[in-house]
Amino acid sequence: MSSEEQIIQLTPEICQAIDQWVLKYPPEQKRSAVLAGLRIIQRAYGWLSDERMRALAEYLDLPPMDVYEVASFYSMYERKPIGRYKLAVCMNISCHLCGSDNIIKHLESRLGICMGETTSDGLFTLRRAECLAACTDAPILQVDDRDYYKRVTPEIIDQVLEQLHQAGRKKGRDDAT
Amino acid sequence: MQHNIVCFRTRHLDQPWSLENYRSVGGYKQLERILNDKIPPEHILERIKQSALRGRGGAGFPTGLKWSFLSRGKPIQKYLICNSDEGEPGTCKDHDILMLNPHQLIEGMIIAAYVLGTTVGYHYLRGEFWHAFQRCEQAIKEAYQEGYLGKNILGSGVDFDLYNTLGAGAYICGEETALIESIEGKRGWPRFKPPFPANYGLYGLPTTINNTETLASVPVILQHGAKWFAHLGGKENGGSKIFSISGHVNQPGNYEIPLGTPFSELLNIAGGVWKNARIKAVIPGGSSMPVLPGEVMKRTRLDYDSLSKAGSMLGTGAIIVMDEHTCMVNALACITEFYYEESCGQCTPCREGSGWVTRLIKRIEAGQGKPGDLDCLEQIAKGIEGRTICAFGEAIAWPVRSFLKHFRAEFEYHIEHGCCQVAARVR
Ligand SMILES: Cc1cc2nc3c(=O)[nH]c(=O)nc-3n(C[C@H](O)[C@H](O)[C@H](O)COP(=O)(O)O)c2cc1C
Ligand code: FES
Repeated sequence: MSSEEQIIQLTPEICQAIDQWVLKYPPEQKRSAVLAGLRIIQRAYGWLSDERMRALAEYLDLPPMDVYEVASFYSMYERKPIGRYKLAVCMNISCHLCGSDNIIKHLESRLGICMGETTSDGLFTLRRAECLAACTDAPILQVDDRDYYKRVTPEIIDQVLEQLHQAGRKKGRDDAT
Repeated sequence: MQHNIVCFRTRHLDQPWSLENYRSVGGYKQLERILNDKIPPEHILERIKQSALRGRGGAGFPTGLKWSFLSRGKPIQKYLICNSDEGEPGTCKDHDILMLNPHQLIEGMIIAAYVLGTTVGYHYLRGEFWHAFQRCEQAIKEAYQEGYLGKNILGSGVDFDLYNTLGAGAYICGEETALIESIEGKRGWPRFKPPFPANYGLYGLPTTINNTETLASVPVILQHGAKWFAHLGGKENGGSKIFSISGHVNQPGNYEIPLGTPFSELLNIAGGVWKNARIKAVIPGGSSMPVLPGEVMKRTRLDYDSLSKAGSMLGTGAIIVMDEHTCMVNALACITEFYYEESCGQCTPCREGSGWVTRLIKRIEAGQGKPGDLDCLEQIAKGIEGRTICAFGEAIAWPVRSFLKHFRAEFEYHIEHGCCQVAARVR
């Protein structure tokens, strides 16, 4: 590592959260905790910088490549900063048959962005989701990889945006779990 | 017809997921009975075989037979894994089991572990199931507190530790060997088989993997008996099954009904086709399974053997209904795009082929198709099928080939007229 490169250490809270996961696996299999480690870091900072990924590798005694390749393989990891809220609309067959295209059009016009982009105020990023396993309640919107909104309509979308808008201005990021 | 009597048996209760409610329907009684009476694992294995339970994860492999592959006696660490990666478009049953009845899955896993002689289990949930994960964490905590999990379960000398783990967004991790790689903290790249997980699984050790619904069925089979379960369905098609019916129906939902129920009956339960439209096509097992014309489905029963006779497969039991106004070119483009997005990139035919077919179908849909495109599609699909490490290749090939088989005229119309036949008819 060159001297210019910033050395970042994981915070004690993050280390603690990762330790909980390491305990789930055999002692010689710390690598198993890579997915959880990345999720925990992303939850705390919103995305995964190279420095933090290296710090995770060091914490788990792994070559950095073992962490990078996981981060680039799984779709929930963000390797660039994104908006405060991730809005993911399922575009697969059951949602498609129930009008997910209209939901996306509505979101694009309300937010003034296209699929994949982030609003200029940094609040929202719009994403395509792959089947979220809620197909009987299509169409589906998931916020921040966690909260499901089912059978969404343009009206429901407007309400969700309004709520998130207000919460987003007040609140910072939540816990690192 | 009896509804919701296996995995959904707590569904009618307020807070169906609570330990108390699970106990009120007989929960954990089977585990207690097995451990108290020291019932030999072989007896339970025999019951599972007699019940004709087949894997609910997509392939329909007989569960009892799968369990017999793990050599119980071998004095090394063995693992049990539950597959809750649920991601096949149309499928949303496992999520409901996790939210509504997590304790039954846990009891099923403990019993399976007892039969298999494994002392450690992992329950892999897809990364998007954060809320279901929380629910399962709570349920596991309760099970430990009650002495159902951990060392020396209920004083029997049997040990079993169970951990929930999370993926991070990758459909391929539902494939059993990719899932193992993912628990190991790697990319979800399927492994060559053989060796099969029963010999070389998690961390290179013998492993049994089952689907959520499969494992959650076990306590009920033992409570009511293998014959009872087998007779719910037909021959070799034991039990009831959760069907996720979605798309163009009035009341989409998860319905747990006996295997062998006629499709038309399920369609009725789901309120029929929406907007008084006629039915055009049905995909009966999740979007990777071959599509069938609605008229064929109306004559078909919902079980493994009837559906394969009709030219498709039961798969995950996800039933996607399309009405007469559906453009089949558009629907197929949507399906192949999913597989293009989710191909793990390991095998060339799948990685490249999924993109080729998707672009070709979109070109046809946009009115830019050329004569010869359909033959080309057919050839690419054939070139993928059977030439990949895992069954993902078939998941691209089967939709393409079946849509062309049953709805070729619609594709030809698109190419010839540069527009959609369905849209033209509406005008
Ligand atoms: C591409 C692909 C995706 C799969 N996804 C799942 C899944 O999400 N859940 C599941 O239980 N099985 C899935 N399977 C099947 C598993 O490989 C495995 O057969 C199954 O978990 C075994 O459980 P069962 O015998 O109880 O059905 C998938 C298979 C393939 C090829
Ligand atoms: S197709 Fe959208 S949730 Fe499954």
